[in-house]
Amino acid sequence: MSINDQFNHDAFCNSQVHLSRRTLLGAGAGGMMMSSIARRLAMADESGATDPAKPKSVILLWLQGGPSQLETFDPHPGGRYGGDASAISTSVSGLQISELLPQTAEQMHLASLVRSVTSKEGDHERAVYNIKTGYRPDPTLKHPSVGAVLCHADQGGADIPRHISIVPNGFPGRGGYLGAAYDAFKIYDPAQPVPDIRRSVPEPRFEQRVADLYDVVESEFQRGRLRQLETTRTLHRTVTEGALRMMSSQQLGAFDVSAEPKQVLESFGDSPFGRGVLAATRLIEVGARCVEVSLGGWDSHITNHSLQSSACGKLDPALSALLKRLEERDLLETTLVVCGGEFGRTPTINPAEGRDHWPHGFSVLLAGCGIRRAGLYGETAEKPTLDPDKPMADVVNPVTVGDLHATILTALGVDHEEELETPIGRPMKRSEGKPIEAILDS
Amino acid sequence: MSKLRNLTTASLRWTWFVLLLSLAFGYLVAGLSGNRQPEIASLADESTNGSLRVAPVSMSAVSRIQESLRPVVQEINAERLQRLASLGLDHSEPADWLTICRRLSLALVGNGLSLEEIRGLEQIEESKRERVHLENLLEDQRFHHYWAERWSRFLVGTDGGQFIVYRRRRFRIWLAEVFAANQRYDRFVRELLTAEGLWTDKPQVNFLTATFDSNDGSADPIRLAARTSRVFLGLRIDCLQCHNDFLGNVNLGHGTDLREGMQQDFHQLAAFFTSAKTNGLQGVRDGEVDYVYKYLNDDEETDVQAGVPFLPELLPEKGKPRARLATWVTHPDNMQAARAAISHVWALMFGRSMGEAVDNLPLDEPCHPMMDLLARDFVAHGFNLRRLIRVIAASEAFRAGSRAGFEITSEHEHNFAVFPLVRLRPEQVAGAIIQAARIKTTDRESSLFLQLQTMAGANDFVTQYGDVGEDEFNSDSITITQRLLMMNGELLRDLVEANPLLNASAHAGMFATDSQQIVDLLYLSSLNRHPTPVEKEHFVSRIDCSEDTEKAIEDLVWVLLNSSELAWNH
Repeated sequence: MSINDQFNHDAFCNSQVHLSRRTLLGAGAGGMMMSSIARRLAMADESGATDPAKPKSVILLWLQGGPSQLETFDPHPGGRYGGDASAISTSVSGLQISELLPQTAEQMHLASLVRSVTSKEGDHERAVYNIKTGYRPDPTLKHPSVGAVLCHADQGGADIPRHISIVPNGFPGRGGYLGAAYDAFKIYDPAQPVPDIRRSVPEPRFEQRVADLYDVVESEFQRGRLRQLETTRTLHRTVTEGALRMMSSQQLGAFDVSAEPKQVLESFGDSPFGRGVLAATRLIEVGARCVEVSLGGWDSHITNHSLQSSACGKLDPALSALLKRLEERDLLETTLVVCGGEFGRTPTINPAEGRDHWPHGFSVLLAGCGIRRAGLYGETAEKPTLDPDKPMADVVNPVTVGDLHATILTALGVDHEEELETPIGRPMKRSEGKPIEAILDS
Repeated sequence: MSKLRNLTTASLRWTWFVLLLSLAFGYLVAGLSGNRQPEIASLADESTNGSLRVAPVSMSAVSRIQESLRPVVQEINAERLQRLASLGLDHSEPADWLTICRRLSLALVGNGLSLEEIRGLEQIEESKRERVHLENLLEDQRFHHYWAERWSRFLVGTDGGQFIVYRRRRFRIWLAEVFAANQRYDRFVRELLTAEGLWTDKPQVNFLTATFDSNDGSADPIRLAARTSRVFLGLRIDCLQCHNDFLGNVNLGHGTDLREGMQQDFHQLAAFFTSAKTNGLQGVRDGEVDYVYKYLNDDEETDVQAGVPFLPELLPEKGKPRARLATWVTHPDNMQAARAAISHVWALMFGRSMGEAVDNLPLDEPCHPMMDLLARDFVAHGFNLRRLIRVIAASEAFRAGSRAGFEITSEHEHNFAVFPLVRLRPEQVAGAIIQAARIKTTDRESSLFLQLQTMAGANDFVTQYGDVGEDEFNSDSITITQRLLMMNGELLRDLVEANPLLNASAHAGMFATDSQQIVDLLYLSSLNRHPTPVEKEHFVSRIDCSEDTEKAIEDLVWVLLNSSELAWNH
């Protein structure tokens, strides 16, 4: 499948038609934008009523900085490497997680834990790229993040952006070779309104401005310049169309968590992250396909226990409330929850009472979308040998980052082995790994 | 008596307390304020004492300088044509003077031309306008400060670091002085690598203290090695920190004697920076190399000696460790280091790197002939940054049109057969729209009110638009967030709505004699070009047919500021 072909015909409809002056001015009061919105809403209603296969979405709880597996989902208390966190029982018989996640422990029957993720990247920037895209950094190519891959694979419509990053922490999901159109739309604390969404002049005047922009100035700019300037470089018209749709959309209300009862707000935790996770559940209900919510504070090179405890204090209510809400609303069947960071932290505790970067066996939680409930895969040794020649010796059933991506894509119903074509014609699989069958419902 | 004694004692204690507080406050705020007015160097030939001779700007000096550039510019142009011919690629005609002057302004001061500048240039002979504009910009404080910010990103990144030991603003102002004085590149690189003293007193020390946050209050040799390698050597050897290169991505050595990169290459480079010792209130002082590292697969730690990843014969055997490294990096025979400088300056001029990435010039790949010529000229003429800028600006690659009579592909852009279309950085967009809405040049000579408005507006805008941080030269297209900000954002609204104090909409309405002049004036101030006949006819009609001229003008300004032409270098 050629990216440009699909982009032109599916991702954004035909912008020439959407934004021609005749269309804009001839649509009468309300113009193109309202007609478009009405049409899309009608189509959404129609498809929802007749199509039993609901589209699948993913909520990524991104733990920026590298959470410690020993203080979160893979504790080994009491030993040389266990640190100060003890383990508690969960709603799954025989499964224990860190005492720092007591509310999450009660929802573990909804999820699968993978305790044996390994990678070859120990630097934040490179590891984030690796985990978010499934590929190691390559100076010749920028790979798309999982949200971009999902939005590209299924072009189902929504007026708001379908790939959203809430409180992005420096590395929001990117479109990579699929194009910036698949970049995540960034918003910050949902307690604040979505910025710049309201027109400053009446609608007819605004429409005339847009028509003059495209019919006169933009068409002159394109003359004699780079072939397919709009579709291969600027995307100006295409993105403007998306912005216009969003401005008029009733779906904007999904960003506003203040509409939720106080009790619900409190259950997710009084933090931008908690509000972001709550907003994520609202956004996927109106058509967003990938919502990434970031939580920092995990890079605990010093005072590991204190930092991990603090970060867990924000993660725990939000993650548990998320799983609970999705289950209650019957959304867990169509929503994949992924919770993890770029790597784990060393079993050894350094002289500053910190743990350093550790890509040789760390944990990721997955739930929903056909991920086996109460599942557990892989383990790390309680007494690791820490042999630098054999870093995998301490990991049972090691899972590569590629495997993790293949699992995620499979759960989302996307063929992980399908080859896409990069802008220079290079075939590239969506994922290099193999799905972890043990945690996928057959 | 006892009361008097108590009073005296209390007074003394309070005096001491206040004195200590003042000292502490003085220590903390040192370096927050700007420096003295930078000494402005002007058109000059290179000298050997580190700075360049100051000479007054004159048309004859402009001509003399251009004459001195002619041989190398001709060589570069010939290389470009030869390469294009070998690839079978056609090339565009040179762009018009306004377009080239806009490119120069975007490259050197971060925004387009003001109407004031355009009118000034129109007063002189057309064939000399580009050169005069370039020389004016090189003298302009906006250039010194804009390049200081861009180079700060290369050198210390965008993070705030630890306030107690790091003053990014102080560092940036020092760099502005470097560019104002046209200090030799090799000298300022040496000053950075060998910096000693307090970060408040010696701004260049902030190059080291920017890394204190990740190494417990000392210079972080790992980060400094990675930074040095990327900025000063044009090599990405970060992966060698953890393992040898087993994928063939990093080849080191020299000439035909290339070898795979080893962990030792990275850590030996890092070892130089362990000689930067933190010595309390004295700041950073030179000491001995003191670096122990356990390489992957080794059982024991190794005492790592300082070393360089290629051309070891250029490294002095004796001397202070960082001084040895600085000598090696700035050695005239270290052409890879010179090419790294060219790569960064070229990228700032074009908005994109000459090759794949600004900081990735693999030793095992052939150097672009244009880069090689520029590097040799740079070294031969005393690492003169202004000469380098002038040579690039005079090249046919920089002056080429971005339009052509043939179908342009990315291959034409990649080989500089046409000027590449490059998206402006967020602060360039902010600067461009703020400047576009003004008649006069917005600079440090502007009114305080205007400066405050400019500063606050630009900062908020850049934050919302999305600062790309150190990812300086990505070529991504615009996003929905950015389009929303441009269509509905507060800064645009302030600039578009008629405001006689602040923007061109009001000035055009008040002072232009007719609608044709209004349209022409607004096109010039925003897009730095005259409208085409079709555009002129359309918007003149819009204004003439409108019941509210003011609103029609606002609408035109909105359209121009929202155009991709404004947000792209072309």
